[in-house]
Amino acid sequence: MVVGLDHYLAVAAILFTLGIFGIFLNRKNVIVILMSVELMLLAVNINLVAFSAALGDLTGQIFTMLVLTVAAAEAAIGLAIVVVYFRNRGSIAVEDIRVMKG
Amino acid sequence: MESALNWHAAIPELALACLGMAALMLGVFMRRGATLAVTMFTLASLLLVAMLVLAADAPVVAFDGLFVLDAFAVFTKVLVLLSAALALVLALDWNEKEGIDRFEYPVLVLLATVGMMAMVSANDLMSLYLGLELSSLSLYVLAAIHRDDLRATEAGLKYFVLGAVASGMLLYGSSLVYGFSGSTRFAGIAAAIEAGPASLGLITGLCFVAAGLAFKVSAVPFHMWTPDVYEGAPTPVTAFFSIAPKLAAVGLFLRVMTGPFGEAAGQWTQIIVLIAIASMLLGAFAAIGQSNIKRLMAYSSIGHIGYALIGLAAGTEEGIRGVLVYMAIYIVMNAGTFGCIVAMRREGRASERIEDLAGLGATAPGLAFALTVFMFSMAGIPPLAGFFGKFYVFMAAVQAGLWPLAVIGVLASVVSAFYYLRIVKVMYFDPAQPAFDPRPATVGVVVAGTTLFTALFALAPAPLVAAAGTAARALVGG
Repeated sequence: MVVGLDHYLAVAAILFTLGIFGIFLNRKNVIVILMSVELMLLAVNINLVAFSAALGDLTGQIFTMLVLTVAAAEAAIGLAIVVVYFRNRGSIAVEDIRVMKG
Repeated sequence: MESALNWHAAIPELALACLGMAALMLGVFMRRGATLAVTMFTLASLLLVAMLVLAADAPVVAFDGLFVLDAFAVFTKVLVLLSAALALVLALDWNEKEGIDRFEYPVLVLLATVGMMAMVSANDLMSLYLGLELSSLSLYVLAAIHRDDLRATEAGLKYFVLGAVASGMLLYGSSLVYGFSGSTRFAGIAAAIEAGPASLGLITGLCFVAAGLAFKVSAVPFHMWTPDVYEGAPTPVTAFFSIAPKLAAVGLFLRVMTGPFGEAAGQWTQIIVLIAIASMLLGAFAAIGQSNIKRLMAYSSIGHIGYALIGLAAGTEEGIRGVLVYMAIYIVMNAGTFGCIVAMRREGRASERIEDLAGLGATAPGLAFALTVFMFSMAGIPPLAGFFGKFYVFMAAVQAGLWPLAVIGVLASVVSAFYYLRIVKVMYFDPAQPAFDPRPATVGVVVAGTTLFTALFALAPAPLVAAAGTAARALVGG
């Protein structure tokens, strides 16, 4: 069996969906949410690289580099906010994040 | 022409980014009074860059098609710079009293502004993403800038998580659009859509991109972060959130929908119509039960985005012009309203409940008058500015044959008038509370200026409408 574009897209779609579900169904820990966000971004990277290879066009790979860099910055800021929140609340359980309704 | 570097088109952004670095250095090396100095420096930078933007000769396509400077970008950038400056002035006194007068605050506002300027000039999915992330990352930090306050950090956390999801969806959509059109350039995507029936993958990508952008403008059904973030974040930050990023996101929304996806209008008009109706109705009904004025303003802003999106649903040049006029007026009204909210301090503590406004008509007639003007204007009562914003978008909708949308819009604004007028009633007819603390001159100047604009806009609407018309023509090419 030849591994083609469709297989890569399917894997990326599954990973992306797992990331979304990880964010909205997870009731335990904020760190898991950060991991899910990373999973979504990595799914996008697989998509971009697969398309780039299939189209024979380098733009997708350049885009991937940008996404990787921004994802690192995003994770750093996310963790910083989680640390600040933990100092005030003493907990990072998702069900505790509801001082304000909503 | 397309392949030229033309880097001079990005001089305003480059200058603002360099000035941001200079502001950071200034803050680090000054021992005392750094915050005030950096804020003044940032305000001067914003002013200088606004002049650079106005002096630039549009339209120019730069960086091999990544970046475009046209009349639309100029119009939006000037408004973004103006709103960032207004929000900074509102923060001056508040941050000092709350003990969060760190010099990073103006620098973060400045960096977010750079990101927003890059957003509205984006001409490629990559520059779109980078601009969006530069502004979003700065905004996440701004929301949590009061790091000893539980509600502010919770707001920052919620904003971060939901913002990251939105970016992820936008990015997934971008990857699909790239794969099925073969290009990340807006022109390339438009050409691919024009060439043949749009493939299912491309339409799926379009939906994801639209969902991500709807998140950023906080339109229903992607609005759930707005009330909590607006309530939890420090009031000047909320003021900034409700004007500058919103305007930039609406600008980006307009550019993406009319530019690369302009030929697929049949596919997205229905989505925008639904989003606009849902936002207007939620903004009108959910705000009725609120007792916190910042939360009320959050629902009000969701409703206003619904009205603005009517113009995008129309998709015509008049529609885009209507959106731009609407957003310009909305920014001024909102900056003024948040100026009044910033002035709500009693015995050194901020008060945010609507009941705290009781008797303001007797204790602070000037402030009460200003807030009355803003509330009447937001409700869309002529001859105040807010009426003209609604008038232009509703007219465009009727001309485009979307009259049900205009009817729903008028009905929703009647419902929303209820809670705007309730604030006026509380101020003038409820038993008086103790007076507020004397308000600082900076807030007074902002409130007075925005009140004048809102009240007297009817006398000279032509310059703004003409500028918005030029900008709209640059976008949809009349």
